[in-house]
Amino acid sequence: MSAPTIARLTRLHTRYQFTETIRIPVAVISTTLFPALSLLFFVVPQQFAQDPGTATASAAQLAVFAVMSVCLFTYGVGVAEDRALPWDGYTRTLPVGPAPRLIGRVVNGLAFVVLGLLPLVLIAWWFTAATLPLSRLALTVAALLVAGLPLFAIGISIGYSLSTKAALAVAQLLLLPLAFGGGLFIPPDTFPDWLNTTSMWLPTRAARDLVVTATTGVDLPGTTLLVLGGWTLLAGSLAVWAYRRDEGRRFR
Amino acid sequence: MEILARTAAATRRYGPVIALDNVSLDVPAGQLLGLLGPNGAGKTTLLQLLAGLRSPTSGTVELFGGDPRDAFRRRRLGCTPQETGLPPTLRVHEVVDFVAGHFADPVPTAELLEQFGLTGLERRQSGGLSGGQKRRLVVAVAFVGRPDLVLLDEPTTGLDVDARHSLWDAVRRYHEDGGTVVLTSHYLEEVEALAERVVVIDQGRVRADGTLADVRSMVPARRVRLRAPDLPELAGVERSSRDGDRHELWTADSDALVRELVTSGIPFRDLEVATASLEEAFLTLTSPSNHATAPIVEETAR
Repeated sequence: MSAPTIARLTRLHTRYQFTETIRIPVAVISTTLFPALSLLFFVVPQQFAQDPGTATASAAQLAVFAVMSVCLFTYGVGVAEDRALPWDGYTRTLPVGPAPRLIGRVVNGLAFVVLGLLPLVLIAWWFTAATLPLSRLALTVAALLVAGLPLFAIGISIGYSLSTKAALAVAQLLLLPLAFGGGLFIPPDTFPDWLNTTSMWLPTRAARDLVVTATTGVDLPGTTLLVLGGWTLLAGSLAVWAYRRDEGRRFR
Repeated sequence: MEILARTAAATRRYGPVIALDNVSLDVPAGQLLGLLGPNGAGKTTLLQLLAGLRSPTSGTVELFGGDPRDAFRRRRLGCTPQETGLPPTLRVHEVVDFVAGHFADPVPTAELLEQFGLTGLERRQSGGLSGGQKRRLVVAVAFVGRPDLVLLDEPTTGLDVDARHSLWDAVRRYHEDGGTVVLTSHYLEEVEALAERVVVIDQGRVRADGTLADVRSMVPARRVRLRAPDLPELAGVERSSRDGDRHELWTADSDALVRELVTSGIPFRDLEVATASLEEAFLTLTSPSNHATAPIVEETAR
């Protein structure tokens, strides 16, 4: 009989990671509901919720926030937690390379992003003037995926280079500045000049601009793709380096 | 004979700490090798190198003729997870199915659970198992892929006598069918019951490597305790210590020593003869710096 294929191992790891996560529902609920609740409490009661452009942009911003929190927590903190568990060390003795485990993580992360976006989209649709023509749906999904790349790489870097406690601290430390600075909570056109200039260099700002452009069709700033690419490259190299260096826990 | 695993001059450091120091070891097919040593001796690090969990700081490690960090080299390897590390939300059959999914021809889950006395617990979440059940589960999964080499790290720690013996039987059956085993243990008894070859490791170095008889002859097998005012020079005493009128003597032949004590006419009492515990027996195989930390009073080498 032949050894299991990579595809079979990938399905196996994806299924088990999903089973493990879903059996602790609290973690899933908090990550997936927060963006939807933000929309409900901070956007829906405002005047601008009835302006299609602004409302759509607000929902888009929060969608990027949903992607970011999954990246920082599911990938950053989740990976660090798994590495600290002896079980993770054990799975490294099984005849399986990094790809099936990593693909399993990506698929699970995407599943939780979708779970987070569903209530967000429904609330935006029912309670605000936000619109997303069907013709823009594919573009928006693609934009979210591309926008998520640097955030995913940052999450993986944190997960593989830090201990659980440090990863949690760093994830929380990064979450709010990246969210506010990137214009995920407050639209960047209300920023003072200095903040707007700084903001343009943040991965979250570039991610936000890309997704807002995809949903509303406003002009994309010239630097956006460059900033996204730069951060993806930088954080991606860090992630690869941290993964290679990782031997589970530092000590016996 | 085919060498399934090998280290050549393997050294592993953790910062300033040397966990393994220049260890060269061959594991030929079909052998049942017992790895003995006190806590922190480097046994676990050695197994981790063989399983590809860590790389050596210097030297080389081979598993089935290649680098154990390449996943396909581990297709014929079976390892035990730590029982504290089982994912608590996964059910027993899910843990076994998950591991089995990595191998070409796994043992059917029901058959494996029966072999290890876990029948009836398939649907139990692993977090809800007793300590002994967890231990049997982690040892069981090492065998699910029908491996040619199994690494068992302290397989029976915390098990009661019955469970320990049935686990030994499972290891013996596997070995009789041609399987190769490297096992670490704290229990001299366990190594005596199972191993053909014994490797003693201390402070990262191999201190002894040979058959069970070879290694046993290197350590005083018995500890004789008694109370007496002063003892004369006694033949066959390899080490002794004294605290007031309490004496502890280590010897390979306690029968001869007791006979000599009796014929010498010394007024002794509270005579106790025991198999030296592993920790004590190893004092003779370990380095002087280790002696300094051992709680032995007035130790004299004879």
